[in-house]
Amino acid sequence: MTTETLIWLIPLPPILAFFLIVLLTNKSKTLSHTVGVGAAFLSWVVSMFVFVRALGVEHLGEEPFTSSINWLPTGNTWLKIGVLIDPLGAAVLFFVSITILMIFLYSVGYHNFGQPAGDHDRKGLPPHGATVEEHGHKHVVPSVEPMYSRFFAFLALFAFGMYVLVVSDNLLTMFVGWEIMGLCSYLLIGFWYGKESARNAAIKAFMTTRIGDVFMLLGIAFLYSATGTLTFREIFREETLHALASVPSIWGFSTAGIIALLLFIGTVGKSAQFPLHVWLPDAMEGPTPVSAMIHAATMVSAGVYAVIRMFPLLSLDPKTMSVVAFIGAFTALFAATIAVAQNDIKRVLAYSTISQLGFMIAALGVGAYIAAVFHLITHAFFKALLFLGSGSVIHGMEHGVLHTGNHDVDPQDMFNMGGLKNKMPITFWTFLIGGFALSGFPIITAGFWSKDEIFADAFANGHIVVFITLATAAFLTAFYTMRQITLTFLGEPRTKEAEHAQETPWTMTTPLVILAFFAVTYGWVGIPEHFPALGGLVPNWFHEFVGGTLAEHPEVIEFSWIPLLTSLVVALGGLTLGYFVYRNVNSPAEDRLQIPVLKNKWYFDEIYDFLFVKPATWFAETFVYKWMDKGVIDGVLHIFGPITQGLGTIIRNYIDLPIINRLIGDGSADVTYWFGGKLRAVQTGRVQQYLIFALVTFVAIGAVLFAFGLLA
Amino acid sequence: MVPLSWYLIFAAALFSIGLFGVLSRRNAVAILLGIELMLNAVNINLAAFWRYGNVMDMTGQVFAIIVFAVAAAEVSVGLALVISVYRRRNTVVADEIDMMKW
Repeated sequence: MTTETLIWLIPLPPILAFFLIVLLTNKSKTLSHTVGVGAAFLSWVVSMFVFVRALGVEHLGEEPFTSSINWLPTGNTWLKIGVLIDPLGAAVLFFVSITILMIFLYSVGYHNFGQPAGDHDRKGLPPHGATVEEHGHKHVVPSVEPMYSRFFAFLALFAFGMYVLVVSDNLLTMFVGWEIMGLCSYLLIGFWYGKESARNAAIKAFMTTRIGDVFMLLGIAFLYSATGTLTFREIFREETLHALASVPSIWGFSTAGIIALLLFIGTVGKSAQFPLHVWLPDAMEGPTPVSAMIHAATMVSAGVYAVIRMFPLLSLDPKTMSVVAFIGAFTALFAATIAVAQNDIKRVLAYSTISQLGFMIAALGVGAYIAAVFHLITHAFFKALLFLGSGSVIHGMEHGVLHTGNHDVDPQDMFNMGGLKNKMPITFWTFLIGGFALSGFPIITAGFWSKDEIFADAFANGHIVVFITLATAAFLTAFYTMRQITLTFLGEPRTKEAEHAQETPWTMTTPLVILAFFAVTYGWVGIPEHFPALGGLVPNWFHEFVGGTLAEHPEVIEFSWIPLLTSLVVALGGLTLGYFVYRNVNSPAEDRLQIPVLKNKWYFDEIYDFLFVKPATWFAETFVYKWMDKGVIDGVLHIFGPITQGLGTIIRNYIDLPIINRLIGDGSADVTYWFGGKLRAVQTGRVQQYLIFALVTFVAIGAVLFAFGLLA
Repeated sequence: MVPLSWYLIFAAALFSIGLFGVLSRRNAVAILLGIELMLNAVNINLAAFWRYGNVMDMTGQVFAIIVFAVAAAEVSVGLALVISVYRRRNTVVADEIDMMKW
């Protein structure tokens, strides 16, 4: 098989798995997860094969794997769909397929496969645990998720959407994959639909991303009307780009700038950038593998991936670039400040994700294309690791909750944890690696290399404001990461539940270990050549490889000590400060950073509630329902009612009753009755009389006929 | 030979006598007798036309025989009805048998 055919096949297993599980195997949990994990594994194998083939091609950027077919006739031409694997696609495919496979595997353990069904578990609610009798005494163990098969079906559909997005060679099918993921995130966030908070979070996520998607669709339509094609390689031809850049549009933007801005708004929604970031923290209502899926491997990466894909278009207009850089840098700092004051272990990670995505967007805004891709991939690894690790912690804590039976203890609140280091060693060490990678711990971790590259690019390109903002954000990142690790794993257990926490099964720890491996080693493929001591030991393969995607290879920037030192100081400083501040903090009251404005996420939910939700509710309830519907429309209808009734009464009383009924209806009957009454005297019953009548009639007729000469 | 019209006049007279009997007599048996007279008046006509027409053609005679047969059957049914009515209502006066009205 050619590589192109293989690329076509990559998205196929997950969608087949989705239909298989939904239609056939949903009754059997074992079959369903076998199908799901098997499909993810198949896609991973094919992806790896394609990736290895892609590595072997000398100038993949100029001659990528691509194949397309005609899809929709559009007048004289065809709308084509097809697949494309260039260096960017290959790199993204690599991490996407691995993280998806890890998440599938992890889900098996997370949903307590192999455990008994719960005592009073219901569909749409998280499992509550099952009582088991063993050696004469009863104890409570975790119970299996009631909608286990459904979870794998959704997950498979999600994976399908992501693969479609990555292998697409045009914006249209990319958008299709994008929307499939939007739907799946809605379904998965609302997976435990019995909880009202989960329902609301699902709706919130769907609505917020929808705002971005509408703009993105506008951008796609604009692009199509301007260029007549949606295929990346045709859009990125020099003459097309030149034409787009030279035509001015509104507000001083060029056409290219406006299109890129519209597409970027789609990303703002999908990647949860300010001001559409509000859905992502609430999305934590979903099961933890979903959080990892949405935040690390797929959906939010998809947003950044889309901007990276459209980078040639984006980079045409400096104004658009400024907007992108501003949004990215602002989001990075803003989300980091919120993360400092959150107590829910998953929410900290959610805000950290928003912040890190801001780093990537800002990197793109300053033109650091490769740094953005690099950070996207390293971030996917360590953030998937952190999310899965936090899920493992929660799982361990839930074990403790089941043991003590005190269900008031929130297993996600970090102040209920502490000292988990010894209870859950694998989770601790992998979480530590992930956390250090997120903070950018120097030299060893992948996060350091990718973040350092963003700093270096921002500094070298003269974006000092962006540089300072990102440095501050990075400092806060290290700080809240260490806060999280200290509160969760170090010190003494603060609750009985934490004392009884337990390490999770191998299906959950294996993905952690594998992801931890990549969270460390993946950074080594992108060490800058001019880096002191280490530079040049390993060739900067990533720069070479991914840089080939663009028509002009980005130049290698000169080494400078300032960004490197900044990077070192913020990472180590943040980590140290985080440890020393939170070493002895045991309750939220002792935490001096629980400032209301940070705790309440800068009141964004409240502001949006006031600005959008309340007016929308008012518009629907008061304006449309009470005024328009009940007042105007019902009012008009209520006038029509009496008029029609009056008209009906008139017709009934003056036409129907007297004329139709009396005169015509009853009248004809009366006439017939009267006539019959008169005629019946004739019928006497006497035979001879009848005969005389007959004779007289016969003679009379004969006489008449004779008189007129008709008797021949 | 007696001309045809004599027979016809005779038959017409006989038919009229029968008709008068049917219409005027009160006794149902007498009404039946009147009917017989009318039928036989017709038979005279049939025989006369046969004799004065094509003698070889037997149609007239055959017709007359059929009328006899029908008349015999009709009288027997009629008399049976009269007897039945008499048994039920104890009368044979036609005016009194007037159930056939509204």
